[in-house]
Amino acid sequence: MTVTQVDVRKGAYHDSVTLLQVSRTMGETAGVEAAQVAMATELNVEVLTGMGFDIPDTAGPNDLVVAVRAADDEAVAAGVAAADAALTATSRAPGGGFGDAPPPRTTASAVRAGGAEIAMISVPGRFATTEALDAIGAGASVMLFSDNVSVEDEVLLKDAAAAADVLVMGPDCGTAVIGGVALGFANVVDAGPIGMVAASGTGAQQIMCLLDAAGVGISHCLGVGGRDLKSAVGGRSTRQALAALAADDATTSIVVVSKPPDEEVLADLESYAGGLGLPVHWATLGAGRPDLTSALEAVLRAEGRDVPGWPKWLSDNDPEPGSVSGSLRGLFCGGTLADEAMLLAAEELGDIRSNIPLRDDLALGSDLRSDGHVVIDFGDDGLTQGRAHPMIDPTLRMERISAEAADPTCGVLLLDLVLGYGAHQDPAGELADAIRAAKDTARADGRELPVVVSLTGTEGDPQGLTRTALTLAAAGASVFLSNRDATRHALSFLGGDR
Amino acid sequence: MNQPLRGLLSAESPSVATSGVQLFADALRGQAVEVTEADWQPPMEGTEADLARVMGDARRAEANATAYARMSAAGAELCDVKQAKDALDLERGTFLHAGPPIEWERMSGPLKGALIGAVLFEGLADNAEEAEKALAAGQFAFEPCHHRDAVGPMAGVVSPSMWMYGLRDEAHDAWSWCSLNEGLGKVLRYGAYGPEVVDRLHWMTDVLGPILQQSVRVTGPFDIKAILAQMLQMGDEGHNRNRAGSLMLLRELLPGMITADASSTDIAEAVRFSGANEHFFLNLGMPACKLATMAAHGVAGSSIVTTMARNGTDFGIRVSGTGDAWFTGPANTPEGLFLGDYGPDDANPDIGDSAITETGGIGGFAMAAAPAIVKFVGGDVAFALQATQRMYEITQGEHPMFQVPILDFRGTPTGIDVVSVVRTGILPQINTGMAGRVAGTGQVGAGLVTPSAECFPAALAALASRV
Repeated sequence: MTVTQVDVRKGAYHDSVTLLQVSRTMGETAGVEAAQVAMATELNVEVLTGMGFDIPDTAGPNDLVVAVRAADDEAVAAGVAAADAALTATSRAPGGGFGDAPPPRTTASAVRAGGAEIAMISVPGRFATTEALDAIGAGASVMLFSDNVSVEDEVLLKDAAAAADVLVMGPDCGTAVIGGVALGFANVVDAGPIGMVAASGTGAQQIMCLLDAAGVGISHCLGVGGRDLKSAVGGRSTRQALAALAADDATTSIVVVSKPPDEEVLADLESYAGGLGLPVHWATLGAGRPDLTSALEAVLRAEGRDVPGWPKWLSDNDPEPGSVSGSLRGLFCGGTLADEAMLLAAEELGDIRSNIPLRDDLALGSDLRSDGHVVIDFGDDGLTQGRAHPMIDPTLRMERISAEAADPTCGVLLLDLVLGYGAHQDPAGELADAIRAAKDTARADGRELPVVVSLTGTEGDPQGLTRTALTLAAAGASVFLSNRDATRHALSFLGGDR
Repeated sequence: MNQPLRGLLSAESPSVATSGVQLFADALRGQAVEVTEADWQPPMEGTEADLARVMGDARRAEANATAYARMSAAGAELCDVKQAKDALDLERGTFLHAGPPIEWERMSGPLKGALIGAVLFEGLADNAEEAEKALAAGQFAFEPCHHRDAVGPMAGVVSPSMWMYGLRDEAHDAWSWCSLNEGLGKVLRYGAYGPEVVDRLHWMTDVLGPILQQSVRVTGPFDIKAILAQMLQMGDEGHNRNRAGSLMLLRELLPGMITADASSTDIAEAVRFSGANEHFFLNLGMPACKLATMAAHGVAGSSIVTTMARNGTDFGIRVSGTGDAWFTGPANTPEGLFLGDYGPDDANPDIGDSAITETGGIGGFAMAAAPAIVKFVGGDVAFALQATQRMYEITQGEHPMFQVPILDFRGTPTGIDVVSVVRTGILPQINTGMAGRVAGTGQVGAGLVTPSAECFPAALAALASRV
């Protein structure tokens, strides 16, 4: 017999990453079978309901739900006590001294209190425009990590920023490096002459890691948000970022990284960049355009540098090339890496279904299922409302890995893993276990399931590139620094009946 | 040449402010970056659309700057003392009261008690029962003090024969008015209406008022704003602690009182009465703040609060950019310290126009200047220091004249912004007296209170509808 308890705490807000840690602590309490502490957003209520918890209709997105199922009343109480202790431990301590000022309560107030040049905003999307607008008013450049911000609001923010001579990086901007300071998800790379403008977080990370492997450092990496090169936004932030890098003494050439841009925006920007007086290279994904690795190889050649062999760690129990029946299943945390994999795979496989499809008619349903070739971006807006990004909270992807392993139509599993600041501190062990379990599941069903990992990272990253790669390879995965190479390797397994 | 993006890329070691996910702040600290973390919380529920609309209003920044500039620039000189019938054209049978408009049936004990006392004082009834019956029967008219540019502490009841201080703001050519303070204990403003209360009102009308009028007219005007600025540096906050202010005011008034055309006995009693009352100054500080907030009122697009007032049942606010509309919610009951044997059950919900002091940037907002007040309203000194500093989160500016020595002479937080209140959920801090729940009781204590939270989203919605 088990006991279930659901508490709704009105108006008790905590961020999703904190709640992930609290949920874990609660789940590890003796006697607790299932535990979830989350804000009652629509997506989270769905997850909680799926876990068998009954959430009252009165719970809204600003309310905290503490849900636990445990062996008996005592275990429930112990779980809730553990959650409370963890919540208390994460709350920000007030000022230390006697009668000190309370902490600032809005982004702009924090900007003023600290004299900050940069505001990093990661509040839930529906509150993000307000915070960003206010921070711009306080004179700070904004890194807007929050997603679920409308394109109208994005244009509003970027126009306000241009008027105030500050930069809006975002929305949904995960990566920036300014003056050696890594903001959000970024890798530990040396200082160097290449300035980066990135309309893509994981794309930027892929490029800076490949540059690192080639022995080239970066001056700055300015994020602009994944939609900046779409016509609705018109490259507003990219233009500002290019001008700023052109005026920067440390920068001698620029690489622009982007998800598939709109052609006329790209053309405008190319002509704008032509007048800046320093080389500007373009690593912009799209059908018929080079992938990121190939684009970067061209940059290195143009800069007169050597193109190294990109690091890889091959599994020794992979099946023969072309020997696997079934389809490609790409499960990504990085949107650009997913985009790139789809573009490469589509050349060989044709249509690929996705939650970020190359064509609208290829969109997956809300169950994200299809028997054919599938690539899913778990970091997409639709899957992160009220949840931490999958680079921090891998739960949804882990569940999908084990579902794919049991699915006979899954021929090869292509995964990404991104290291660096902001990412999970030790992601390799958990992912290696999942890979091992997936391979075992398939094997028990009489199939050999090849697993390929696109690993974006550097040796300087806290998690360590080689250390992580070896852990994954030991679990039977083939690991590549280049997402292009990882994708090609995955495609090589698929047989003629694909 | 100026570097683009305000020199962002050439900053030696950029400093970062964060809001939202704590992990990012931790990751920055791990790189030894200077981080200022906002303790961000979602705004008041259901306000996102209105916030976006109001914050997107292109007029707002300048409108608020204008409202604040007017508020802080407004002068306040005591220029006259007159009876309400002359000063406010208050006709016989009409009574002013504190707070937003309210009908007899919904009035709390102290407001009813004060009205009964005022009816008796005006000779409109022979006894309390008769007065109450006439009031309930609708024989008299009621109106908020604020509707006549006046303010009244606690019940704030004003009748035509009462004397009023007249303060003038030369910069904006405006007058505001406030009744004379009756002292502590059993007094009309706390809802007491016994014979000693009515007798005192008669003495104030017959003796005190004329003497004060002569003093002001002969030796005035007196700069009340200057006294406010000085008293904050002498341990007063101007709402519940007015000791230094009262002495300074008396110093100004004395020469004119002593030489007034009145008997030496009356003069001696008027001087004794004024000097014995440590809240003597409150009735000058309030109209001074009223002038400041009146100056800030009526700026289209401004989200600055220009009135906070309570009638013992409802808390009401008015906002610069929304005209005469009141936004009300149920008044909270203060928490604090009680006189004698009184306890929390004896306290009436919040009452009085005196929250005009907080609206104008003093009172609870200047609590850090008056650490001794915690012995009167509760809390501790650390709380007093933090209360003032917390108010900077919801205010437009720092007052150029009202300064807090212990905060390194920082100006008091001035000009409450509805938007900031809704965004942070931080409610204005008000220091207040507590009236007895039962009519006729008088004061039972003093304490701390905040407005009804629902006033602010309602005001925001009205602002949004005007964008």
